[in-house]
Amino acid sequence: MIPAAFDYEVADSAAHAVELLSRGGDEAKLLAGGHSLIPMMRYRLATPSVLVDVGRLDDLRYIERRNGAVAVGALTRHSELEHSGVLAEHCPLLAAVAAEVGDPAVRHRGTLGGTLAHADPASDLPAAVLALGGTLVARGPGGDREIAAADFFTGWFESALAPDEMLVEVRVPASTGGWNYQKFNRRAQDWAIVGVAVADGGSGVALVNMGSTPIRAAAVEQALADGATAADAAALAAEGLDPPADLNADADFRRHLARVLTRRALTAAGVP
Amino acid sequence: MTATATAEAEAPAPTAKATHFGSRRLRREDPALLTGEARFVDDLHLPGALWLGVVRSTEAHAVIHGIDTDAALRIEGVTEVLTGADLAPLWGGAALPCAWPVTDDMHNPPHLPVAVGEAKYAGDAVAVVLATSRYAAADGAAAVAVDYEPKPAAIDLASAAEPDSPLVHESLGTNASYTWELTPDPDAVEKAFAEAEHVIEERFIQQRLIPAAMEPRGVAAVPSPAGGELTLYSATQIPHILKVMTAVTLGIGENKLRVVAPAVGGGFGSKLNVYAEEIICSALALRKGVPVRWTESRSEAALATIQGRGQVQDIALAADADGRVKAVKARLLADMGAYLQLVTPGIPLLGAFLYHGCYDIGHYSFVCTGVFTNKTPTDAYRGAGRPEATYAIERAMDSLAAATGLTPEEVRARNFISADAFPYTSCAGLIFDSGDYHAVLDRAMALADLDARRADQARRRAEQNPRQLGIGFSSYVEMCGLAPSRVLASLNYGAGGWEAATVRVLPTAKVQVVTGATPHGQGHETAWSMIVADRLGIDPDDVEVLHSDTAVSPTGMDTYGSRSLAVGGTAIYMATERVLDKARVIAAHRLEASPEDLEYVDGSFRVRGTPASSVAFGEIAFAAFTAHDLPDGVEPNLEAHATYDPPNFTFPNGTHVATVEVDTETGAVEVVDYAAVDDCGRQVNPLIVEGQIHGGILQGAAQALYEDAVYTDDGQLATASLVDYLVPSAAEAPRYRLDSHVSPSPTNPMGVKGIGEAGTIAATPAVINAIVDALRPLGVTDVEMPASPQTVWRAIETARGRGGAS
Repeated sequence: MIPAAFDYEVADSAAHAVELLSRGGDEAKLLAGGHSLIPMMRYRLATPSVLVDVGRLDDLRYIERRNGAVAVGALTRHSELEHSGVLAEHCPLLAAVAAEVGDPAVRHRGTLGGTLAHADPASDLPAAVLALGGTLVARGPGGDREIAAADFFTGWFESALAPDEMLVEVRVPASTGGWNYQKFNRRAQDWAIVGVAVADGGSGVALVNMGSTPIRAAAVEQALADGATAADAAALAAEGLDPPADLNADADFRRHLARVLTRRALTAAGVP
Repeated sequence: MTATATAEAEAPAPTAKATHFGSRRLRREDPALLTGEARFVDDLHLPGALWLGVVRSTEAHAVIHGIDTDAALRIEGVTEVLTGADLAPLWGGAALPCAWPVTDDMHNPPHLPVAVGEAKYAGDAVAVVLATSRYAAADGAAAVAVDYEPKPAAIDLASAAEPDSPLVHESLGTNASYTWELTPDPDAVEKAFAEAEHVIEERFIQQRLIPAAMEPRGVAAVPSPAGGELTLYSATQIPHILKVMTAVTLGIGENKLRVVAPAVGGGFGSKLNVYAEEIICSALALRKGVPVRWTESRSEAALATIQGRGQVQDIALAADADGRVKAVKARLLADMGAYLQLVTPGIPLLGAFLYHGCYDIGHYSFVCTGVFTNKTPTDAYRGAGRPEATYAIERAMDSLAAATGLTPEEVRARNFISADAFPYTSCAGLIFDSGDYHAVLDRAMALADLDARRADQARRRAEQNPRQLGIGFSSYVEMCGLAPSRVLASLNYGAGGWEAATVRVLPTAKVQVVTGATPHGQGHETAWSMIVADRLGIDPDDVEVLHSDTAVSPTGMDTYGSRSLAVGGTAIYMATERVLDKARVIAAHRLEASPEDLEYVDGSFRVRGTPASSVAFGEIAFAAFTAHDLPDGVEPNLEAHATYDPPNFTFPNGTHVATVEVDTETGAVEVVDYAAVDDCGRQVNPLIVEGQIHGGILQGAAQALYEDAVYTDDGQLATASLVDYLVPSAAEAPRYRLDSHVSPSPTNPMGVKGIGEAGTIAATPAVINAIVDALRPLGVTDVEMPASPQTVWRAIETARGRGGAS
């Protein structure tokens, strides 16, 4: 439970962080809230040689309306999402999902950018941003680029971010149509065994912990678009998926949960 | 909680005027714990200390061909790397102690603090690192390269008991450590089964549990090079036992050894042991002449601290047509792990006398075989043997109810030992002290609002609601107050079961109490001060309670088995009585009266019938100090010592009723209500009692729903972190509703029994019985522990003939 030795740098701006990352190479890691990275370091599952602390970049903590969308700074804490008036009005799903992450201590440290960049398929917020059809803004040595959420998650704990890039902003469309998040776990603070995020009356449906990345339930979305009922569409939730097996659930049980939870989420979102 | 006294008549009242006894006094221990002022082993500031890092086997069973220390020695701060062979001379080949050879022919292979030549479980210590910081120690331990040749391992308990299993200790030729039997009348048992109308046969699996005390273990051994003394700080429940065992194991004079248990953050039995790290740190500190310390990490604790439970239980009931049980047979396989720790083999036997539960059954047979496996050793875990026994009988009683068509409460009521039968000699040979099990059951049903819940259940069943309701009963009796020394002798235990106390009145009438019962979170200081304050007619805040340091409290048998109040508290009570007796003699001298003519009222002795003629306790305390005018032959002090060896166990009992909601679509279980009625005899502090019951119930429910030390087929612990090992949090705690019944124990003067383990003992079967009750209409008759959503869902699918595939 004691991490391997590492160097520690404090970034005073996003540009500074990118510069420190470039200098650190593949062995450098950004430290934001630290609630995923530090436990992995304590188990020596992650052994970065340099930690670049971006946790003090308060200019990247904001939630604001912009051009019909909601822009969220990457260092915004989950608790800030949870209690945001802007999100309550314009994107309640994101606030509700943030309220389901971990426990209050985690939510006061963890950041939206951190959880997206960590790309854990069992995390809640990546699926929410995916269901919402969000856009992620990465800053690198060459400036900013936009990455669609659908293109961002590339594998287990892997994203489209280059080693010298940092997430600086997340944009989600204003979304107040029927929404719901179903999180299934055994203890209140645990990761989801399976989770289902429904945005805009079912036009966006994303699954948590059903594969190596958060996954759009494309078959469900298509069936709904074709006029299927919630129950009929939900029956397709696990179609084509090869979910992981662990102590909590084997693949069959995960598929079953995905179907049940999708039905419940769609029904709660007002899908007939 | 409404503490309703229903049988107060028999035992003497604890004091003529009990101001504090029975009151909900806040715990004096809490401010220091809540503000961080309490000092744990890891908080000790020890300049110049070397940190120990332990290299642990990554294999369940392997020959060690070589240990390469070069890389570790190159790490800055690492001063030394020592293998088991290097260290063997330090303990002269002596093994870690097992104090409970339960049979004369028990196999107890030598258990070295650091293994030599072969590792027997994943987590077995194979080398140690000394370093100048904890960080260097961790880096050093990670850098030691061990060349293992894996061997076949015995992992699954039932398989390990088969003749073709790989052997943990080849030289024994078997994995069986011992077989212990208690069958007073074999022919009568067989006859009862032959004549039975209903025979219930069940197999239950007690999964292994990781104790997960909030504070992992820690050790700091501090030598005094000039005098050869050693002070051993340890996060232990048993400083007194540890002192004797460390002295014997290392061959050092007991007079040169002091053991201190500073603030200790829980134990649940896991710190009732003598561990390798305690011996290693002590030996190395003496050799190096500097302090040597070690703090266990959470994931290390999962491997290196004992685990609990781990049994395969076969139980059979023989009952007549009316559901009256005539005989019980229990056959156990008990998982010892790779070695026998301090009381490993005895743990199942603490339940050996209780597989008939609260029932008056006639004939009894119990057989237990202890089995070695290539896993972390097992030992005491909250309840220790009694939760396992209660689980088996209470699950089987529900099966009997189903077989006879009786309700769970009716089948229990028909079989209970009746209130007028106490003191009751059980079929297993114990004498149960007191109780009224029928009254407790009735109160539990009322508290649980049973009729309304059954109506809700029927409604949900009729409407085929996916969320079904289940109501589960668990009636228990346990043996506490460990233990009468002569009974321990009959069980081959290596020590007595008494407890020691000193009550010392200081010149200013403040009081020091010294107890040998070593608290680690229970609230002994608060409870002991209340007992003494009541007897002496003083304020509890004027009573200081000293403990947990063998220099301050040289004698004691420490804290486990719900023994502290019934044994240690009784010793406090007796010592206080002796102080009062001496004070009475001094008072009589000052009042020029006969001691027999004095009465002690409101902190003063006065001559009966002449209230004006009195002398206050404070005056007597000062008189004993000045010694200017004491009666002839009276020594100048006001203190007394008492050592109490209980004549019998105490027998707390109760009935718990759990109500669960089962989501039949997902298998999720929620405990929506939990009603518990417990009889722990008289209660010194109901606030502390409730706290013990709350925590105990959650810990018992955790075995039913969450916790499981999962091993892979090749012997790797798959749940070595609190991400995978599901200790519940406050968010998972059910809504507790408690009530109590008070049948004072006639065994001790205060009429107390013990409450430390009751919740844990009762809750596990209550929760599982509730789940099965919810699902019985679907055809489910058993659910394995822990009843995870997947396990429950699959049980439903299997009962529906679908097998749970999709």
